[in-house]
Amino acid sequence: MRYLVCIKQTPDTAELPKVKPEEAASGELSIQQVVNPWDEHAIEAALQMAENFGGLASVISVGGEKAIEALRSALAMGCKDATLVENADADAWGVAALLAGAVNHMGDVNVVVTGQMTVDGNSGMVPVAVARKLDWPVLTGVAKVLNVSEDAVEVERVVGQARHTVKVKPPVVLSVIKEIGEPRYPTFINIRKAARVKIPVLSADDLGVTVPPPVVHLSNFRKPPARDAHVQLFDGPADEAAGALIDALLAEKVL
Amino acid sequence: MDFALTTEHKMVQDMVRSFAEKEVRPIIPEYDERHEYPRELLPRMAELGIMGICIPVRYGGAGMDYISLGIVSEALEWADASVRETIAVHLALNALAVFQWGTEEQKQRFLVPLATGEKVGCYGLTEPAAGSDVAGLKSTARRDGDDYILNGEKMWITLADVADYMLVFAKTDPEKKHRGITAFMLERGMKGLTTGTIEKKMGVWASNTGWINMDDVRVPKENRIGEEGEGFKVAMSALDNARMTVAAGAAGTIRAVMELSIKYAHERQTFGQPIANYQLVQQMIAKMALNYDIATMLWQRSAWLKNQGVRNTRETSQAKWFATEAAWQAASDAVQIHGAYGFSSEYEVERYLRNAKGAVIYEGTTQIHELMQARYALGWRQDKPIRCELPAYDPDFWQE
Repeated sequence: MRYLVCIKQTPDTAELPKVKPEEAASGELSIQQVVNPWDEHAIEAALQMAENFGGLASVISVGGEKAIEALRSALAMGCKDATLVENADADAWGVAALLAGAVNHMGDVNVVVTGQMTVDGNSGMVPVAVARKLDWPVLTGVAKVLNVSEDAVEVERVVGQARHTVKVKPPVVLSVIKEIGEPRYPTFINIRKAARVKIPVLSADDLGVTVPPPVVHLSNFRKPPARDAHVQLFDGPADEAAGALIDALLAEKVL
Repeated sequence: MDFALTTEHKMVQDMVRSFAEKEVRPIIPEYDERHEYPRELLPRMAELGIMGICIPVRYGGAGMDYISLGIVSEALEWADASVRETIAVHLALNALAVFQWGTEEQKQRFLVPLATGEKVGCYGLTEPAAGSDVAGLKSTARRDGDDYILNGEKMWITLADVADYMLVFAKTDPEKKHRGITAFMLERGMKGLTTGTIEKKMGVWASNTGWINMDDVRVPKENRIGEEGEGFKVAMSALDNARMTVAAGAAGTIRAVMELSIKYAHERQTFGQPIANYQLVQQMIAKMALNYDIATMLWQRSAWLKNQGVRNTRETSQAKWFATEAAWQAASDAVQIHGAYGFSSEYEVERYLRNAKGAVIYEGTTQIHELMQARYALGWRQDKPIRCELPAYDPDFWQE
């Protein structure tokens, strides 16, 4: 079995407030970038599947040269090989076309694993779009992988307040949620290997993919307005202050 | 010249900083308040390879270099000095001394379990009446056939009540002063060996600090590290290794208190504006930023020299002296920026200030380092070659 994890390098969420609108529009960010936190769980899921059910985990990213750093992080966590696909200014649909092209190019991928969404785009479209491009089934909201074999992939999904168990015949695309497992730390031995390995870079031409022109155009980036927060103190005896607090909460429809 | 960390070092930094943020810093306040050592971190750090990060794979370590040891120290002290102290004592003072001075048999016997984290090490040099004055130590080791009989007391020993292996120093020939000192590896359980914890300290409450008492402890000659009379050199070279970790750790303290100060300066409003707008607050933060960079460059130079196999006593002393004083100043300024809240134990800066005072005292007081630097500058001190230098970092040997 070969599990292919799709990851993206995204801004460190702790630094997101520093992003300027013009940087967001151009995509040229000056802040620290990391593996998309949701994708770290996808890496963990693929590594667990490889350990528990056999096979190996590979990792792929569509992006610029800096995405090599994210791929090295995945290798340090335990993925066996990595591939970078050059970004051709694609939107989510275009990224899905490139990822699906890479899956076909590799030829032996049984399970594609993704995170729930990215912290920058937030669309959550890519796993579904990849499945559509490949004409594979897709399971989203995967919280637990129960079994993987040549004949069936059985997972537990979270759907709103409910859970259900689903069995599908691979190949399949799985989009996992945090509950799948806390991402492991890289090991030092893997760090040494990951730091030195040459990661192959493929273009759309290499994959024989014609990237569809973007259908989504983002035209206006702006920061959300500052929160209008204020503090109100209730003085006086405790019973009066508590009463005033309850009245205020009722007025604000908190209670 | 290249001031940038390598890809490998950056990845090590990401990994240990993540560990410090997720698993160390959140649990420290409670341990600190209870004056309790967070033993739960030892198996976790062993599992991750941190306990033997710069020891070759063939001896059970992670096979990284001395710069990685500094990176780990910086990241851990960002969380709390107590955890960085564990690495300084267990790895830099004990395990690296065995790596540097031990026989192959001793490396297999002591270094392998230390590097894997199966055993924990500590270092016993200081005595109730002998700290900086090493030649004045009173502990004795009397030869008795194939054994030595050790007597004496060690004081202010980090991990005294935790360690399995204790590298202690005693006089085999008291007439020869520092040339009569010999190093021994004591093993917990040896008859006559007792340890205890010192409860009342100003800082590093989450660290275990204690005493070791030796009452006719019989130690086989196979546990002697180095030759008879080489103990002073073993002790000083071990300090060269550990002082780098203290310097790197102090940089971690500066980073921690600078982050806290910047956050608070943006949030705290006085006279209708954030205190970050006030130039006297800006001055304190600017000094933290400058001193963090200087401390970082100094410890990295020390670690780089170790990687090259170049003697670095002078440079390591500079790094330890500067970085610990800068951390003490930064922590004090951080409390000042926080005002009355900084004086409260509800805010972390108070803990960093208490911890930072220890580091300007242990592993050579500031004054000892000033004297050393003066003697180097005046031409009165030169480092002579020693029989066993710390091996230069050789990736092929380390990772084979």
